[in-house]
Amino acid sequence: MAALGGSGGIGPPRSGGLRGVVPPGWHSTVWRWAVLLATAVYFLLPLWAALRFAGISAFGSVVGESGFTSSLGLSVRLAVITTVITIALMLPTAVYVHLRLPGLRRLLEGITILPIVIPPVVLIVGVLAIAPGFLKGTSWLLALEYVILAMPFSYRALDAGLRALDLKTIVEASSSLGAGWISTLARVILPNMRTALLSATVLSVAMVLGEYTMASLDLFQTFPVWIYVNSQTSGQVSVAASLLALFVTWFFLMIITVLGTRQSRKTGGGEVTLFTVARTETRGD
Amino acid sequence: MGSTVAAPGSLADPGALSPPGPSGPSRVTLALRWLRKISGIVPFAVFVTFGLLLPMVAVAAGAFQNNDGGFTFSNVSAATHGIYLKGFWQSIILSVISAVIPGILGLIVAYAIFTAKRAQVLRQVAITAAGVFANFGGVPLAFIFIATIGSSGLVSQWLTSLGFDPYAHGFTLYSLTGVIFVYLYFQIPLMVLVILPALEGLRPAWREAAANLGARTFDYWRYVAGPVLLPSFLGCVLLLFGSALSAYATTEALTNGTIPLTSIQIGSFLNGNVIAGQENIGKALGLGMVVIIAIAMVFYVVLQRRSAKWLR
Repeated sequence: MAALGGSGGIGPPRSGGLRGVVPPGWHSTVWRWAVLLATAVYFLLPLWAALRFAGISAFGSVVGESGFTSSLGLSVRLAVITTVITIALMLPTAVYVHLRLPGLRRLLEGITILPIVIPPVVLIVGVLAIAPGFLKGTSWLLALEYVILAMPFSYRALDAGLRALDLKTIVEASSSLGAGWISTLARVILPNMRTALLSATVLSVAMVLGEYTMASLDLFQTFPVWIYVNSQTSGQVSVAASLLALFVTWFFLMIITVLGTRQSRKTGGGEVTLFTVARTETRGD
Repeated sequence: MGSTVAAPGSLADPGALSPPGPSGPSRVTLALRWLRKISGIVPFAVFVTFGLLLPMVAVAAGAFQNNDGGFTFSNVSAATHGIYLKGFWQSIILSVISAVIPGILGLIVAYAIFTAKRAQVLRQVAITAAGVFANFGGVPLAFIFIATIGSSGLVSQWLTSLGFDPYAHGFTLYSLTGVIFVYLYFQIPLMVLVILPALEGLRPAWREAAANLGARTFDYWRYVAGPVLLPSFLGCVLLLFGSALSAYATTEALTNGTIPLTSIQIGSFLNGNVIAGQENIGKALGLGMVVIIAIAMVFYVVLQRRSAKWLR
């Protein structure tokens, strides 16, 4: 923040008498690169410092630390369950709404954005208050709530994918060739939704792997919770584990951004970004 | 439009195929038809009801219940007095600061990215990076900052060896200031992502028109671009406000829950760090947070409407 403070106002600096001495546009170029450089330093310096702080050896000892395997195993299991339920629930719903109930699209958009708006710490209070006995204390409850938490990302990714398709035409073509509902979904819509499905999956997985609030308050030692608990024993190992968690998540997120961009170039629309949330809203359509 | 979309029998439930008889649509068949049409979203509706709506109803109802289930205002009253009131104030102040500062910085960065027209690669990299960093918060972020500028962090040690020990000058990462500093790390990229589409809505023609009418750069920003961007900017800042208000993990990991923020206080009710029998105060606090966010969202929607007028 302090690094950025010097870069001045919002617009390019008012160039007055200097015009003619330096080429036109020179000011704004310098200004732009100064801002971007300062930003890059602010964002990369902590990562570099954390790498140095942890030291290379800490990365090796992360794996052997007690609780590492079990917590990572739990997180991965939660990620798989969450993703499977998310796709099984959200894909048919999104397709159905697009085809049969387009009037409800706005409503669904509104409902699925709610988990972003409602603080997870409040949601888990309510969940623990009403959860039925057979779910309480099981990781299933957590997985079901993660489906809710992932909804803003998963629904938006699927919605963007469906918008890019001429869904009506391909479904009509499919049914006129004699395909049923299941067959249409599995053999016509799914293959056309690969990028959207991938981004819905990756966003759900990234969300689950990084979620701390609900897991810790529901007393489950997922990977992020373990990082925190373990920091009492070894700060260095926790920093190393944090970096590992980050790099893995970033790697996944990079993949969908790159794939999404490529796909949108191919189809000429329905861009899939990490924050499709923001895009659809600010577009104001 | 809905009824004309699907070919007969294609997407309706296989079991519910109506015989193609010419029977006039009585009220019963209309209701049946409507039910059948709705049936496709029943699983989703059930899931959201049990996973999202009922828990929130439970929070709202619990806020007004005593331990025996009777009606009471005492939870709400407790939640709006003493340490809990202070918690709300601290939360709101923290969220406002960590919405406005990243809002302004994010706008500057977004503008720098936006004007880099000739550098398409740079744009792509910056936008991707913003997407990635905006998704990054919670425990790992807290630890990375502890390693950087915590009491024994690398940058702190540098500064100390340069003769400026930040911890001797009142700075500490484990405080409200520290939390705000860490929040910048995901709030700035979030701002960049949400404000970029608005910047892209600024038409070059407006700038040219302003220049033709004799406007300097400052005039253009003061009278054209500024007013057009303002609703979007404020809307985005509100979004950041909500994001900061509900953040829990970062603060918890950074401060061990010692800072009295509302989200931390709610968490402590679940952690069992409070006197038994007061659990419903946590629900009253939760209700309070939801109310604050609801107010912010109403403003957000209004601002979005205004900005949509110009930016399409």
